Amino acid sequence: MPSSAAIDLTSVRYAWTAGPPVLDIARFTVASGERVFLEGPSGSGKSTLLGIIAGVLAANAGQVRVLGTDLATLTPAGRDAFRADQVGVIFQLFNLLPYLSVLDNVLLPLRFSAAKRARLTDPRSEALRLLTTLGLAAPELLDRSVAALSIGQQQRVAAARALLGQPALIIADEPTSSLDWDARAAFLELLMRECRAAGSTLLFVSHDRSLASLFDRGVSLASLNRASAP
Amino acid sequence: MKSLAGLALRSLWNRRDTAALTVFSIAVSVALLLGVLHLRDDARASFANTLSGADLVVGSRSSPVNLLLYSVFRIGDATNPVSMAIVDKVARHPDVAWVVPISLGDSHRGYRVLGTVPAYFEHWRYGHGKALAFTAGAPFADLYDAVLGAEVAQRLGYRTGDTLVLAHGVGEVSFANHDDKPFRVAGVLARTGTPVDRTVHIGLQGLAAMHVDWTSGAHAPPAERVSADDARHADLTPTRVTAFVVGMKARSAVFLMQRALNEYASEPLTAVIPGVALTQLWQLLGVAEGALLAIACCVVAAGLLGMLTAILTSLNERRREMAILRSVGARPRDVFMLLWLESCLLASAGAAGGILLMYAALIASRPLLLQRMGVAMELGAPTTYDLALLAAVIGTSLLIGAWPAVRAYRRALADGLSIRL
Repeated sequence: MPSSAAIDLTSVRYAWTAGPPVLDIARFTVASGERVFLEGPSGSGKSTLLGIIAGVLAANAGQVRVLGTDLATLTPAGRDAFRADQVGVIFQLFNLLPYLSVLDNVLLPLRFSAAKRARLTDPRSEALRLLTTLGLAAPELLDRSVAALSIGQQQRVAAARALLGQPALIIADEPTSSLDWDARAAFLELLMRECRAAGSTLLFVSHDRSLASLFDRGVSLASLNRASAP
Repeated sequence: MKSLAGLALRSLWNRRDTAALTVFSIAVSVALLLGVLHLRDDARASFANTLSGADLVVGSRSSPVNLLLYSVFRIGDATNPVSMAIVDKVARHPDVAWVVPISLGDSHRGYRVLGTVPAYFEHWRYGHGKALAFTAGAPFADLYDAVLGAEVAQRLGYRTGDTLVLAHGVGEVSFANHDDKPFRVAGVLARTGTPVDRTVHIGLQGLAAMHVDWTSGAHAPPAERVSADDARHADLTPTRVTAFVVGMKARSAVFLMQRALNEYASEPLTAVIPGVALTQLWQLLGVAEGALLAIACCVVAAGLLGMLTAILTSLNERRREMAILRSVGARPRDVFMLLWLESCLLASAGAAGGILLMYAALIASRPLLLQRMGVAMELGAPTTYDLALLAAVIGTSLLIGAWPAVRAYRRALADGLSIRL
């Protein structure tokens, strides 16, 4: 695998506690700038895999290289800094802090990443640009609590937050599962467009196989994860 | 972009009902602690300032503390009177500079009446040797003249020239009044912050005139009563007083005189040095003070434990919040700091609220404490000791707050980006 791979996992194993591993992956790679669809049923280890790639969880064994960096060589604080600087994450639901406004939620990652702050000359303008792109430009929305938004609007705020600061890797964990068909299509289109514009790698996780065609490549976690094999 | 403190503040605001209750419980506990300390300090200062410059207080045989309480602080009653003969004998002693006899037992609308001599206004000192001063009028000159303490005059609205009827006994409401011998307000004293403010002063002869037709606490039958004018011609030389205060010419003679009076064979007496008796009083009250302080500390601990409970119980429902923060790059130590800052903010708000609550309680209870207990509560700025206590409360809250912070830190490590409930 070329060193330009955004994600490169080799012989990765992970167990939550002593016992059988929940994740056992021989090899998994995603090229830089690639948009990959990863599907798998609930409980197949998707969130665990994303946690390992994001550097929140440390693999028990194997090598995890993300954006050319072997995460095992980083200290826990180093992995946190790496994630803050390089990774944007979109969750399925409840992925915004309800006590912050729309704008503050979008700007939140900058609090923890000097690199992202450095990449933006005017964070507020960039946040407004992203929100405008995602159809949330109305001034009265910006200072509104996210709890007052619809689910679709919340997901778009989450997307803006993940895209702010042009992270090299976007991880999306079933971000469309709570959206209706129209909202889902619009959301995916915007996500793809922003990823293309920023040159970001996208790892999109879902159990909805109908979305796979929208991505460069689809991967089944069941085929990757030897721990989930019957 | 929010700072961690800003995030903590917003997070708390999102849970403002529980946060407000937590802050309130800490504020109440801090107010109680500070209030107890203020009450103790002000009570001590108030007591210590009541009498100055007197070397001995002499009364009938009783405990030194009891003698001090009824004679100087007008709290409680004398067991027995002392004879005027011993007062005169002490006054004639070559080492004695002055003697002021005092006689208690009557009242006026809840305020004690004190029979004494004009020398009282010259020798009775308070604070650090401050003499009594008149805001109006002068010491009593006529038999039925009265000099009012500042609070008596202010609360009852008396001015010089007004008349007042004294009551027999010390109850707030009395059915036995000396209404046949009314007194005239001859003078009003300046405020002293001591029991003098709550005293009606009359001459010893005036006191005797009031009781000239009283026997064993009962007024004589109407036919045998003596009018106010006729009483002027009666023998009003006092034979007994409640106690007397002695000023010596030289301090070195105080102990000799004290011993002589305590060993006086003809009459059972107790002579106390005010400062020594006060020390005994503090020792007596020390246990109660300590217990009160311990209770106040327990209430503060309960308030802080309430905060701990509130934060700990919120942790489970906030795991997703922590996961979100982790996903955007927050380190476990940021999660720790966030929770820790919450404790700090809650405790700081509670401490600040406690100060305000204490001052509000002081303002509300000040008149009552002054009237009922004779304690003049000061409303000064918080002392260094107060601030040190507040710092201790906040410091303790930070220690306690580290517990939920560590738990959140560990959960943040274990949960990752998903919540495993």
